[in-house]
Amino acid sequence: MAKVKVPRKSTSVDMTAMTDVAFLLLTFFMLATQFKPDEPVQVITPASVAEIPLPDVDVMLITISNDNKVFFDLQGEHYKKTLLEKMGVKYSIVFTEDEKTKFSQMSSFGMPIAQLKQYINLSPEKRGSFPSAGIPCDSLQNELGDWVWQSRLTNNSFRVAIKGDRDVSYPTIKQVINTLQDKDVNRFNFITSMESAQ
Amino acid sequence: MSEIEGGGGGKKKGGKPHGKKLSTRVDFTPMVDLGFLLITFFMLTTSLNKPKTMELNMPVKEKPDDITAVKVSQTVTILLTGNNQVMYYFSDPVTLDPMTPQITDFSAGGIRPMLLRENKKRVPNIDSIQVYKDLYKVSRMTEVDMKANIARLKADVEGLIVIIKADDNAKFSNIVDILDEMLICNIGRYAIVDISDPEIELIKSSAASLKAAGTVNN
Repeated sequence: MAKVKVPRKSTSVDMTAMTDVAFLLLTFFMLATQFKPDEPVQVITPASVAEIPLPDVDVMLITISNDNKVFFDLQGEHYKKTLLEKMGVKYSIVFTEDEKTKFSQMSSFGMPIAQLKQYINLSPEKRGSFPSAGIPCDSLQNELGDWVWQSRLTNNSFRVAIKGDRDVSYPTIKQVINTLQDKDVNRFNFITSMESAQ
Repeated sequence: MSEIEGGGGGKKKGGKPHGKKLSTRVDFTPMVDLGFLLITFFMLTTSLNKPKTMELNMPVKEKPDDITAVKVSQTVTILLTGNNQVMYYFSDPVTLDPMTPQITDFSAGGIRPMLLRENKKRVPNIDSIQVYKDLYKVSRMTEVDMKANIARLKADVEGLIVIIKADDNAKFSNIVDILDEMLICNIGRYAIVDISDPEIELIKSSAASLKAAGTVNN
């Protein structure tokens, strides 16, 4: 009985198709990715069933850390430049053009405006270890109110989003909300994380 | 696996040195490796889901002549306090005193059944909201219609009005939780109001009495 000869086939596979798919996916993820802005504090937002997405543009972000410190951020580099200029005029602090540019590229900050100049001039790596004291928002010295008000003067279509840690105590929230109401912001959003409805 | 042969142009043994035909096949393996490495990196760093938000409307401040009077019988006051506990009470229509304050929590069996029951008592057809939502899901109703119908039911004048007050021990998550319950229970009218001294006393006294009875769970 003659042996049936099985022809040897090459083991190398054409990888072109796989490469195509891989690079297609790579392109998709590269375009879809949005790097998380480095935040000065870690905030664990409370869970909720709310489903309203956060708008992409014109957001004024007030972050409250779990030790009740208030941080502020504004979207849009040119708005931030104008904002810093206006705040400088109000508190009679002169900011140079270079400082304004640096400020516009920063993420959330949380310190009294007197310390802001020092913070801006730190290198981005050193900013993390800066002892942020939070923006004062009590009735004696309400700088948060000024930040909010001057931002609204810069662009009135800002939405205010409050990103609070789940352990922020109620008096702090109340203070922030009162500040916003003083500045005629009566509609705002709480940033929450997703939770499936039970 | 490399398929590019380093052909040195053949041997120079007489005759024409005809160039050896090089294979045009290139080994793709390193490129694919790199591609998948980058895919993995971007997949891990990307955050596709946008943060969700919860909208809150507060009344315009300092307009004492603008106060809306509401029926006492349709309001329930919810007090938020520490330890994730909530206390709720209805007020006596005549004396306005709190009637039998109850202490509960945010679990599914906590405050939600009470809110659902009391709201249904006042708006009997509140359950139609779910029907509208289901109709929209099977696309037998347009989104505009669904929203209009839901808004109409939520704005019912007879509906339950919830007054939310938090004391200094409450946490931000408690506020979000109770606003969540408002969403779940389809309560359209609620307000966050500053707490008053008698209510702080009420919380204190009932916490003390609960402790004495040894029924504090958390």
